[in-house]
Amino acid sequence: MITRIAQAAKGALLIDLVGAFGLTMREFFRPKKTVNFPFERGPQSPRFRGEHALRRYANGEERCIACKLCEAICPAQAITIESEPRSDGSRRTTRYDIDMVKCIYCGLCQEACPVDAIVEGPNSTFATETREELYYDKARLLDNGDRWERQIAKNLELDAPYR
Amino acid sequence: MESTSFWTTPVGWTLATTGAVLLVTVGVLIAVAFLLLADRKIWAAVMMRKGPNVVGPFGLLQSFADMIKFVLKEIVVPAGADKVVFLMAPVITVIMAFTVWAVIPFAPGWVISDLNVGILYVFAISSMGVYGIIMGGWASNSKYPFLGSLRSAAQMVSYEVSIGLIIINVILLAGTMNLSSIVTSQEGWIWNWYAFGGGADTWPLVVVLFPMMIMFFISALAETNRPPFDLPEAESELVAGYQVEYSSTPYLLFMMGEYVNIIFMCAMISILFFGGWNPGFPIDFTADWNPFLVNLLLFGVLFIKILFWFFMFAMVKTFVPRYRYDQLMRLGWKIFLPTSLVAVVVVSAWRVFAVGA
Repeated sequence: MITRIAQAAKGALLIDLVGAFGLTMREFFRPKKTVNFPFERGPQSPRFRGEHALRRYANGEERCIACKLCEAICPAQAITIESEPRSDGSRRTTRYDIDMVKCIYCGLCQEACPVDAIVEGPNSTFATETREELYYDKARLLDNGDRWERQIAKNLELDAPYR
Repeated sequence: MESTSFWTTPVGWTLATTGAVLLVTVGVLIAVAFLLLADRKIWAAVMMRKGPNVVGPFGLLQSFADMIKFVLKEIVVPAGADKVVFLMAPVITVIMAFTVWAVIPFAPGWVISDLNVGILYVFAISSMGVYGIIMGGWASNSKYPFLGSLRSAAQMVSYEVSIGLIIINVILLAGTMNLSSIVTSQEGWIWNWYAFGGGADTWPLVVVLFPMMIMFFISALAETNRPPFDLPEAESELVAGYQVEYSSTPYLLFMMGEYVNIIFMCAMISILFFGGWNPGFPIDFTADWNPFLVNLLLFGVLFIKILFWFFMFAMVKTFVPRYRYDQLMRLGWKIFLPTSLVAVVVVSAWRVFAVGA
């Protein structure tokens, strides 16, 4: 009985609401956590698995030796590779396609690669307006590699002690 | 002399009134735009976010960008909807929301229509606002909007009763239904405001009147379908209540009407309980100032009070959990109605029996 009266009095005097108002006002003046996304970005791990890239050696030779391990391990079967011997006798890919729509960004391709040719770079913003633009071919992937090489190399170096 | 006589001729009166109406309408519209942004900024601040800050400096133009977005979208009229009623409903809502501003006194003499039954007019128009919601929900020919509109109508009607009884307390003390006179009767020091007892003769009534002010605020929340009483909108169960089928400009009109009503309720609580344009101390020292300047300052005082109440409206959304429908009805009919009835009895008894009243 007493507790019921006390409860009713507490409700009628809006005690809880006054407390809640105090709490929210305290939060009101706290520093904001917002990150202004396109202009600022949150921290990103060196292991971040973003857009794919095909890397080259420092002399400009492409790393990929067409071993097709990535194609074999890809759980989404997003990778398609065709290869032929080049005029100097080395085996190279003539076709290296990744269907970015199928890709699940698991990172198994970069784990499988014996020469660190295919890697998932730090780029996470590559949305397109049409589906076709997401069917990446070899030229596009090599271009990505050239564009992101410095960051990819740095990330690989940072992550190397843990591999 | 000639210019004054021109403004009293029918043509001049029509021109002057139209000008005043335009001024108030545009003023309220701009206020809606910025208060909507303020609303979002306040919620964001409580959640430790920044809120809209991209369009214009500090996001000040966000509401205008939103307006352009709404207007440019396609108006979808559902198949089977009653097209005329469907499109009339938001128009009625917004017209009723703007019409009530006719009797709000912004400063001494700054009022479009100084009705002597101003409060009755406010009651009449604000109950008409329910029609917009019922028509919108019914004409959509869809289940959720219909449920939402029924809830909304029941809610608004229930809380109008308690709002009416609460306002009767103020009418009893002021002895008038004219909003300007109600404000004038609260002149002088801060204890003359009705929230704090309404002057030397009736100061013990603060025990009744201060809770009445809080109840008026809570009822205003319910009346304008604001959280914690946003059951008509009910984002979590009814998607958006009676507005489900609305898009583009009709939706914009509904939302605008809602916010105009919110600001109107802020103005009402400032006028009825917080002395309207009275700053809370005697303003005799302004007697030989430029009257226009004094009016502008007094309008600023009212504006600050409206802003304060709007801030409270926005904060309530952040810290009060939503009510269930039966709790809402219980609060309205079993707590607010009896309490305000008792308050009316106490205040009238005081008026009749207290010495010198």
